[in-house]
Amino acid sequence: MSYDIEKIRSYFPILKKEIYNKPLIYFDSAASAQKPIQVLMKEEELHNEYYGNIHRGAHFMADRATEAYEAVRDKLMTFINAGSRNEIIFTKGTTESINLVATSFGEQFFREGDEIIVSEMEHHSNIVPWQLVAKRKGAKIVKWPFNDDGTLSLEKLQELFTDKTKFVAVAHVSNVLGTINPVKEIIELAHRQNIPVLIDGAQAAPHVPIDVQKLDADFYAFSAHKMYGPNGVGVLYGKEKWLKEMPPYQGGGEMIAEVSFDGTTFNELPFKFEAGTPNINGAISFGAALDLINETGLKNIADREHELLVYATSKLKQIEGLKIYGEAPDKSAVIAFNIHGVHAYDLAMLLDKMGIALRSGHLCADTVMTHFDIQGCVRISFGMYNTLAEIDTFLQALNKVRMMF
Amino acid sequence: MTIEQVQQEIVDEFSMFEDWMDKYAYLIELGNALKPLDPKDKNDQNLIKGCQSRVWLVAEMQDGTIDFRGESDAVIVKGLVALLLRVVSGRTPKELIENELHFIDDLGLKQHLSPTRSNGLLAMVKQIRLYAVAYSKIEG
Repeated sequence: MSYDIEKIRSYFPILKKEIYNKPLIYFDSAASAQKPIQVLMKEEELHNEYYGNIHRGAHFMADRATEAYEAVRDKLMTFINAGSRNEIIFTKGTTESINLVATSFGEQFFREGDEIIVSEMEHHSNIVPWQLVAKRKGAKIVKWPFNDDGTLSLEKLQELFTDKTKFVAVAHVSNVLGTINPVKEIIELAHRQNIPVLIDGAQAAPHVPIDVQKLDADFYAFSAHKMYGPNGVGVLYGKEKWLKEMPPYQGGGEMIAEVSFDGTTFNELPFKFEAGTPNINGAISFGAALDLINETGLKNIADREHELLVYATSKLKQIEGLKIYGEAPDKSAVIAFNIHGVHAYDLAMLLDKMGIALRSGHLCADTVMTHFDIQGCVRISFGMYNTLAEIDTFLQALNKVRMMF
Repeated sequence: MTIEQVQQEIVDEFSMFEDWMDKYAYLIELGNALKPLDPKDKNDQNLIKGCQSRVWLVAEMQDGTIDFRGESDAVIVKGLVALLLRVVSGRTPKELIENELHFIDDLGLKQHLSPTRSNGLLAMVKQIRLYAVAYSKIEG
């Protein structure tokens, strides 16, 4: 079942903009998605009608704001089928979520000589935090290489396990290769050795249904701004058993029970990990983004995007000298590629002048670039508002640009 | 010709093009025409790394003027490098210190100099200035 694409597009007024006198074609949702009016209006409503600090006051505004904020936590719990609302931590985004786990879990559980397996296809946000904690604790990062088609091998993962392996960090969906990794199987394999797993779900959340209980994920992180929500807010899902044992990440108001100079006790979950006044407007308007996705149907969105992916891929493959990075059988709507003899930067610059917004460079994934021995590439990525017609315009522009070299 | 006059000449050349695509086509032409660097000059010392494209800059002082040579792996950036070299190469450190490089801005190509663009070009412009200051200290 599909949805009314024109209706959806009408929710995103920015799509009507012209760039250099050309209609905007936004193919960079993997970097950040556009925000629908529902999200913008939700934020405006908060500020005009009931803004107050949450969890703190006893007045009407504080109550109303707290209710709205906590309602989104519940919405998120349902969205990823978490077992308890205590397992949904609001963070600044995926990057902070991962840093939180690396720091706090690492502090509690990593020892010198321990090994942390990180896949080669990870975004820097799911590599660097582990490197930082590994350095502090004297632990070692073990690379889990990916195959040239962009897939990860479970056999390879099994081979990497030693009695020192303490953790696995892997993306649900790769931001370059588009690969949808078999995270359920990965977690099963790791759990047989009692190894916990963190899943970077930044690219998955807008496109792939998530059931953290079915996956049995220990940690799952994602961001609002990649799923049509506001910036500066994201989620860390963590199994209650882990979160209970992990020391606080940041100290301050909210995360405490009692403070004195003789000692301070900490609040229960989820607040233990939510120090300070949070991004209230971000969280509340995030709720509106979740509503839109739910109303439209994540499966409908994924199906449409898949159609775009298949169409674009088949057309791009016809172009001589064009190489696509990542051709896993199970892929999300992301296509990273290069055209032989044309630098990615030049391509992106010229397509920009034709109104097409896409990404070029290392895509925050140096290790993927190194794997293919390239200096960078170009990436197009689709969201709920993209169309086949846009792909046709893009292909025409691409051909025109190719002729200039 | 002074640095100012060369910059103005460049701006005049580009004003012939109305269309953005034509301006870029010209830049690509210039980039393709730029004499490649000696492979041994494309080393880490001369590399100005950027996230999206790499730029190499070589500077050699001779007879009171600085000879600059450069290259990039992105053709549009190479074209901008070619224009930059046209303005700065063969100049005295004093001339480089005293003159502002504003022609890229004048051409409406300021985005290529944005720090967020990280194509090495902004760093190259800064590096040219650094060389000028360093060489002026040696001279004076």
